[in-house]
Amino acid sequence: MKLNTNSNVYTFVYMTIVVIIVAVLLALANQALKPRQDANILLDKQKQILGALKVDFSQADPAEVYYTLVQDTLKYGEAEVYVANLNGAVKYVLPLSGKGLWGGIGGYLALDEDKNTIYGVNFNHESETPGLGAKIVDMPFRAQFEGKHIRNAEGQVVSVAVLKAGTRAEGQEQVDAISGATITSTGVSTMLNEELVNNYKEFLEITNDKLQITNEEEVEL
Amino acid sequence: MISQKTKETLLGPLNANNPVVVQILGICSALAVTVQLKPALVMGIAVTIIVAMANVIVSLIRNTIPMRVRIIVQLVVVAALVTLVSEILKAFAYDVAMQLSVYLGLIITNCILMGRLEAFAMTNNAWDSFLDGLGNGLGYAIILVIVAFVRELFGSGQLLGFQIIPESFYAAGYENCGMMLMPAMALILVGCVIWVHRSINDKEAK
Repeated sequence: MKLNTNSNVYTFVYMTIVVIIVAVLLALANQALKPRQDANILLDKQKQILGALKVDFSQADPAEVYYTLVQDTLKYGEAEVYVANLNGAVKYVLPLSGKGLWGGIGGYLALDEDKNTIYGVNFNHESETPGLGAKIVDMPFRAQFEGKHIRNAEGQVVSVAVLKAGTRAEGQEQVDAISGATITSTGVSTMLNEELVNNYKEFLEITNDKLQITNEEEVEL
Repeated sequence: MISQKTKETLLGPLNANNPVVVQILGICSALAVTVQLKPALVMGIAVTIIVAMANVIVSLIRNTIPMRVRIIVQLVVVAALVTLVSEILKAFAYDVAMQLSVYLGLIITNCILMGRLEAFAMTNNAWDSFLDGLGNGLGYAIILVIVAFVRELFGSGQLLGFQIIPESFYAAGYENCGMMLMPAMALILVGCVIWVHRSINDKEAK
């Protein structure tokens, strides 16, 4: 007997079976691959933090380098700060996130112990234009930030502005924007300002002496 | 050994019946992932694998598929395969998966896939469908690689991330062509490929 493949019942049952098979297959694949994917995401984050700290990890296992350098994480509500020990000097690494032209942008900002001087910075993006906005991940752009100060002369946190070459920022230090990528550059500027002035307010306001005490308390606990 | 028809099924899409330059399918992703050679290569390979596998699966179940919902069944097969490939890439080639970002998921909407499933796999046996998928995937990949080669070489002076154009050229005043990095240039390049392809094939036809 030939099955009527055009009947409503057949169509309904057929689709149900197909969808169940596919769903089970994808769920299994997701379960099986999840640990590896999570490991990749973590490793990517560690590599980016090492990038902000300007550590060369091409010759070694990045995860190992990471765990020897970054030993402590400070939490201020939502904000997290990674504390790295680089050849005896303390560096703070602040995760950043903001908006670019096509999608999210993010990054890691490494500050010196004075919570003022930028030691290094690393940016990432989801889908900025290759060759234009995507250049924020490249060294020429990132290197500009090194040695800049996020505070003004009075010690207030004012962030660093990303501006078109030739224009001057009032009361804060600045770096050159990427020509042809105005919106991405403005996005970086806004992200830095938003994160430093608002989200990391608590962390940046605490003086180093107080920070030391909270650390010791944490150790005792 | 290999019959004329088999040969035609596999090799036809590489040249005379190329999905991109003759049928003008899959243009959108060809514009998006061809700024650099590496993502173009991975995209080409991913599409080839997915078209071939989807073709085989749909061909195997073609007699059971209810005609009224066949497009939906095809779509489910393609979507499942694309999701699988993207999960595998995320687990084993994270950098590449990040680079392809949304375009990997958008393979689902690549017209080449639905076109081949509807036009070939629904009416042919599994082996021929496999060859057809392989041929069309490779035909797509070739165009992607040609466009990406030109764009990366002249747009950033590199190939696969290695510097090709020497520093001395830049010192002498050579500059990378910023236009190459814009999606519009990919369209113009695809147009050039079509032009060259047509002029060669038209001569042969005469």
